[in-house]
Amino acid sequence: MSLIVQYALYLVLLVILAIPLGKYISKVMNGEKVWLSKVIRPCEKGIYKILRVKEDEDMNWKRYLGSVLLFSVFGLLVLFLLQMLQGHLFGNPQHVDGMSWDLSLNTAISFVTNTNWQAYSGESQLSYLSQALGLTVQNFVSAGTGIAVLFALIRGFIRVKEKGIGSFWTDLTRAVLYILIPLAIIESVFLVSQGVTQSPNAAETVQLIEPIAVDQDGNIIKDAVIKGNQVSVNGVLREDAQVVTEEVVPLGLAASQVAIKQLGTNGGGYYGVNSAHPLENPTWWSNLIEMLSLLLIPASLCFAFGRSIKDKKQGRAVFLAMFIVLVVALGSVAVSEQFAPTVLTENEMLDTGTNNQAGGNMEGKESRFGIAASSTWGVFTTAASNGSVNSMHDSFTPLGGMVVMLLMQLGEVIFGGVGCGLYGMLAFAILTVFIAGLMVGRTPEYLGKKIEPYEMKWAVLVCLATPIAILIGSGIAAALPEITDSLNNTGAHGFSEMLYAFSSASGNNGSAFAGFGADTVFLNLSLGACMLFARFIPIVGILAIAGNMVQKKKIAQTAGTLSTSNGMFVFLLIFVVLLIGALSFFPALALGPLAEFFS
Amino acid sequence: MKLFKNTVRTAIGFVLVMTVLCGIIYTAVITGVGNILFPNQAKGSIIEVDGVKYGSELLAQEFSDENHMWGRVMNVSTTTFQDEDGNYQMYSGPSNLSPESKAFQDIVDARVDMILSANPESTPSKIPVDLVTCSGSGLDPDISVAAARYQVPRIAKNNHLTEDEVNQMIDTCTTKKVFGIFGESTVNVLKVNLMLEGILK
Repeated sequence: MSLIVQYALYLVLLVILAIPLGKYISKVMNGEKVWLSKVIRPCEKGIYKILRVKEDEDMNWKRYLGSVLLFSVFGLLVLFLLQMLQGHLFGNPQHVDGMSWDLSLNTAISFVTNTNWQAYSGESQLSYLSQALGLTVQNFVSAGTGIAVLFALIRGFIRVKEKGIGSFWTDLTRAVLYILIPLAIIESVFLVSQGVTQSPNAAETVQLIEPIAVDQDGNIIKDAVIKGNQVSVNGVLREDAQVVTEEVVPLGLAASQVAIKQLGTNGGGYYGVNSAHPLENPTWWSNLIEMLSLLLIPASLCFAFGRSIKDKKQGRAVFLAMFIVLVVALGSVAVSEQFAPTVLTENEMLDTGTNNQAGGNMEGKESRFGIAASSTWGVFTTAASNGSVNSMHDSFTPLGGMVVMLLMQLGEVIFGGVGCGLYGMLAFAILTVFIAGLMVGRTPEYLGKKIEPYEMKWAVLVCLATPIAILIGSGIAAALPEITDSLNNTGAHGFSEMLYAFSSASGNNGSAFAGFGADTVFLNLSLGACMLFARFIPIVGILAIAGNMVQKKKIAQTAGTLSTSNGMFVFLLIFVVLLIGALSFFPALALGPLAEFFS
Repeated sequence: MKLFKNTVRTAIGFVLVMTVLCGIIYTAVITGVGNILFPNQAKGSIIEVDGVKYGSELLAQEFSDENHMWGRVMNVSTTTFQDEDGNYQMYSGPSNLSPESKAFQDIVDARVDMILSANPESTPSKIPVDLVTCSGSGLDPDISVAAARYQVPRIAKNNHLTEDEVNQMIDTCTTKKVFGIFGESTVNVLKVNLMLEGILK
């Protein structure tokens, strides 16, 4: 019972916070005054002045697209170089070396595309400078870019017979200044209070209460008896042994980055194990805030959308379609994880119940989060294209793991990434009215604009970009013999690890079945290509649709107009999303998680 | 062409401005505020007694001594970090094993045997599942209350304490569910062991 109350709390809090934030975002992006304007407006104007940008410039869609692409290219270049050169730069108290070119390219693409796939481990492979100056910055601006493109599309719907869809630079600046930075400041200070690290100092070392004996290569010696510096096994002295007496407490500027990686659906952990790490997510409270941040902005954008097009019911309908799928997914994962795997239940010495413990499948889960907070996070993070984790998805039960994988394969439209989730879903909405229009024999229209072949072609490409990238990418990878070296598990679960990696990259999600060893040249490049394809093809498509829509006249609503805000439409929209997901991925899922479940 | 050049210039400008704003100013403000308001938390929540750093209350250490309370299964790595003289230092990570796999079964079975032979007094009760599983970080500092209670008879006997005294230590080191409903009640293993060693009171 108390478990159900917990799940309900997470969902209710999300909705309660998303509604007012949606109103605020809509005001900001439409250039209306908000309560923070007094403080931020001067900074905003200052930026326009320094960079000689005209605030009210109205770009046509090609100009808008060009600005997005150039901005991303230069961001990528800076990050790529910064990571390769970090060994020679300051801000590197841990003395980490520069990244290899392929890993650096993969990481740069990953953060510019709002994916935050991590083939590296933060605490041992990135300098503090790279984390703050490179990754943190891309966390902000890749999310800002998503919001900007979404509002360009919204303008395509509301404006009549015009050419321009707004200025990318103004949209980006407003999204970062008014929305992302204030939220990130509040959240990161709160996270420090809970114990998330925020220190420029080098890592601390602390004394181990029970020292560990290792051989010269650092392998742990089993059954060793340690007296001072002497190590013996079964009474025989080991000459080659060393005694490890210290534990590392990695520090760094974590809290400031963790806050924005959660808010901006980025998800790239400061530490290698992401928000499962006790120094990145120490308490139930920190977990609550980080977990709500996963979906906060994507959910509130639905309401911002409704307010901006002056028809709140449309926003509510899209929100509802996303929310229903989210709840169903949450229910399935929660049940799958609460019932422990047979390895645990069949051992009669083990207690898998819920008396004084979380019980269930605790492999890969933290005690302080238990099953409820781990399952909820798993669903939220793959619904949003966030990809941070607070438990290891690789160790989920086969069905639980399949659901989180499927959420990414649906194209990250169940809330999805900041901005990109909603514009992806709107492409599905266009697809849906088209299909529905064919069924009743009417010209399809959405939000008062006619949907014609031009919009349809682009919408289909937007919707299929993710499936195409996943299936081609993992298909090629599966055919390569050396891929088996990257797998941590064998058989069907090994295949799942690889499929998950390509789903994650192509959904711009970034979470992993983390046993998968992704730092090889082939994987760095192929996953990088998937991320670029799945990020920028939809951006091109969406801006093209916006550019075409904005020139059209508005059609008056008649009795025969298909309503896009009622229950029927919500159902149809969910149906189309699931149909494309299920048809594309059923064969692949049958080889991975389903095969593991039935064996 | 001029338009293109202009856009290039603006794009570079925005990358720079955003780097200064989000990379430098934002990070510096949070670092300053965080360290003034919460100095201990910002620096890793270190437990320091009489000048000796005994650990971070947020990071697990591995315990297998029969005098000590045991925690989650760890996947200890001594090669992730080395000090300046090249000496190995301890760190840990997750297993990432499928809970349906043979490898997982082997680890669980071995762990169950080890716990049974160390805790003969507890045999009638079953072993709480978090004692035989690896956590998400490999550094989970906590175990469930059930897992802590299970070890009480052994800890009491080996440290010449009564079970009540051990239970009291566990209570002191327990973080309860928020409002009695949300999250999990957990026991900090390192703190219990530091109390057993007489380092923490």
